[in-house]
Amino acid sequence: MATHAATHDHHDEKPEGFLDRWLFTTNHKDIGTLYLVFAFIMVCIGGAMSGVIRAELMKPGMQLVQPYFFNEMTTMHALVMIFGAIMPAFVGLANWMVPLMIGAPDMALPRMNNWSFWILPFAFALLLSTLFMAGGAPAGGWTMYPPLVLQGGNAIAFMIFAIHLMGISSIMGAINIIATILNMRAPGMDLLKMPLFVWTWLITAFLLIAVMPVLAGAVTMLLTDKYFGTSFFNAAGGGDPVMYQHIFWFFGHPEVYIMILPAFGIVSEIIPTFARKPLFGYRAMVYATACIAFLSFIVWAHHMFTVGMPLGGELFFMYATMLIAIPTGVKVFNWVTTMWRGSLTFETPMRWAIAFVILFTIGGFSGVMLAIVPADFQYQDTYFVVAHFHYVLVTGALFSIIAAIYYWWPKWTGRMYNEKWAKFHFWWSMVFVNVLFFPQHFLGLAGMPRRIPDYNVAFADFNFISSIGAFGMLLTPIMFFFILWHSKKYGAKADARSWEGAKGLEWTVPSPAPHHTFSTPPVIDDSALAHGDVTH
Amino acid sequence: MSADPRERARRGSARIIRVALAVGAVMFLFGFACVPIYRIVCTHVLGIKLDEGPASAGKVDAFQVDASREVTVEFVGNVNSALPWQFAPEKVRISVHPGQMTLAWFDAQNVSDRAITGHAVPSVAPNTASLYFNKVECFCFTDQTLQAGESRRMPVRFVVDPRLPANIKTLTLSYTFYENELAERRAAQSAAPAG
Repeated sequence: MATHAATHDHHDEKPEGFLDRWLFTTNHKDIGTLYLVFAFIMVCIGGAMSGVIRAELMKPGMQLVQPYFFNEMTTMHALVMIFGAIMPAFVGLANWMVPLMIGAPDMALPRMNNWSFWILPFAFALLLSTLFMAGGAPAGGWTMYPPLVLQGGNAIAFMIFAIHLMGISSIMGAINIIATILNMRAPGMDLLKMPLFVWTWLITAFLLIAVMPVLAGAVTMLLTDKYFGTSFFNAAGGGDPVMYQHIFWFFGHPEVYIMILPAFGIVSEIIPTFARKPLFGYRAMVYATACIAFLSFIVWAHHMFTVGMPLGGELFFMYATMLIAIPTGVKVFNWVTTMWRGSLTFETPMRWAIAFVILFTIGGFSGVMLAIVPADFQYQDTYFVVAHFHYVLVTGALFSIIAAIYYWWPKWTGRMYNEKWAKFHFWWSMVFVNVLFFPQHFLGLAGMPRRIPDYNVAFADFNFISSIGAFGMLLTPIMFFFILWHSKKYGAKADARSWEGAKGLEWTVPSPAPHHTFSTPPVIDDSALAHGDVTH
Repeated sequence: MSADPRERARRGSARIIRVALAVGAVMFLFGFACVPIYRIVCTHVLGIKLDEGPASAGKVDAFQVDASREVTVEFVGNVNSALPWQFAPEKVRISVHPGQMTLAWFDAQNVSDRAITGHAVPSVAPNTASLYFNKVECFCFTDQTLQAGESRRMPVRFVVDPRLPANIKTLTLSYTFYENELAERRAAQSAAPAG
């Protein structure tokens, strides 16, 4: 830090040499870039795994892979996408944008920031190495339910240590984000003037610190059950496997909000820009986010309605879950109302954001259907659940990340992308993602179970359609990579304020953003904030 | 008070790290604390008894037999797929008066060619009735070791609490036998030095 402080006066001085620039970096922008590159690689790996899954499921009967390998693919696809793609992508966006949005020179704890990123490649090397081990990768599902997961080979020890490392990385990242937001805001940037992306990340960071250790505890118990003769979850030794599900989902439900709250923040930045109106109901958005975060701690058992809970428990978790629809509905209402009578333009980030609002809402509705206990007894562990969580995670979280990349790309690189190709990328994704996931609702309602490599011929047609959608989606990372590469190389120069209606501190620095920004705190102009003047 | 803002931020960050790490450590321990919390919530909040051992004699002796009422008790015997045993109740259904001490028998046979230690995990349905079902003696209280081909009659002596809610007419007592590999390994270890 001392050396960096000394070089502050030299404008935009990046460290020379690959190792100094990337391995030893403490710069929030470079670390943000590392996170995003890492997430992109993981999306490609996880996507390839889903390609194997959909290729096998294209026709009934076993065609391509062994059932055990199929199960490895479903398990690893989930772990890679959740912990390797979505979460690091959001942390990368936070690294890039949070200091720029609150007028801070860097993250509060730059060296810890370096560490929290560089743990991740090791964690995933550990996890992915299990694919090449005798006995194969973990294949008991990403939820790691005992006793099934304990019946696998020693790969689960690697998975557990990988999860410990990911947990350490996430917690350090979260601490950093909280410290940055609470300590490093420019004078005048009050908490209730912060951009919504910063707010949602602040709340997400609290969730991370609260629940990642619970997951670490749960997998540690699995480890001792397998190797050290304990019986936490072993029925023969007096343990209870259902208890694992309670502990896991106590982590798991806040985890799904960890993967969606930052998406809410991103969309709340993009929509006002292209509607050229302040965000409608800024405070309501903040409170709704906090409310969703609170509720996430008391709804976990809706993932396990069929384990044989007492009626009172089922009713409580059903009503608590349905309650979440209220703050979420407030958000969707506010996004729509922000667009209402705005002077809308439909640049690519706005298209992804609107697609997010529509498709995430579909995922939200199927979530409400799943919350209804008597209905859930039919839907449990069917493709309906698969369709539901892919609508909220792919068209929700992932679409928001793509929207964010298009939105802030000119700020990061100083170059615009090719609008025509980006729109093609958007419409291609929009069509194929629905071809991929929408038929899965019908498969689930018809009773097709999830996590199976073969199925009744009655499900053949919708599976065929779904697989075609998957192959279409598999092309999108290539498209996206090409568009970004082309933009970086040949794109038109971007202005500091890259979008006509863009507000917020990040648009006051030049494009591309210099290596060091806000070395002296900026003066906050309330009317220049994305959500308008909130001093009233 | 007029400290350098950078210094103030640094001290603030140190405090946040301390608090966050403390919260993280507490939540890690909370994961483990879920084990006792789960039992306490099941027993005292939701009224589901998780069987640990025999009902105390004092409690059971105080029951008065309610001859005016009959409750059907059904028995179910399951074997975990990894355990090569056969296991079934001798009678599938009996009728008892609440408060009346009753003896029921299960038959188990080891159909493999090695000695196996099993452990039966009991469950009472409906779960709201589990508080009123008292086992005085049960093969599920201990591990059961069957030699290759050995069969055994296993007793369970129980009494239904007369305070059983009136709407419950039928109780189901089910057992699932699991192989207790842990106990087998311990037995092998303690036998090895002696032999």
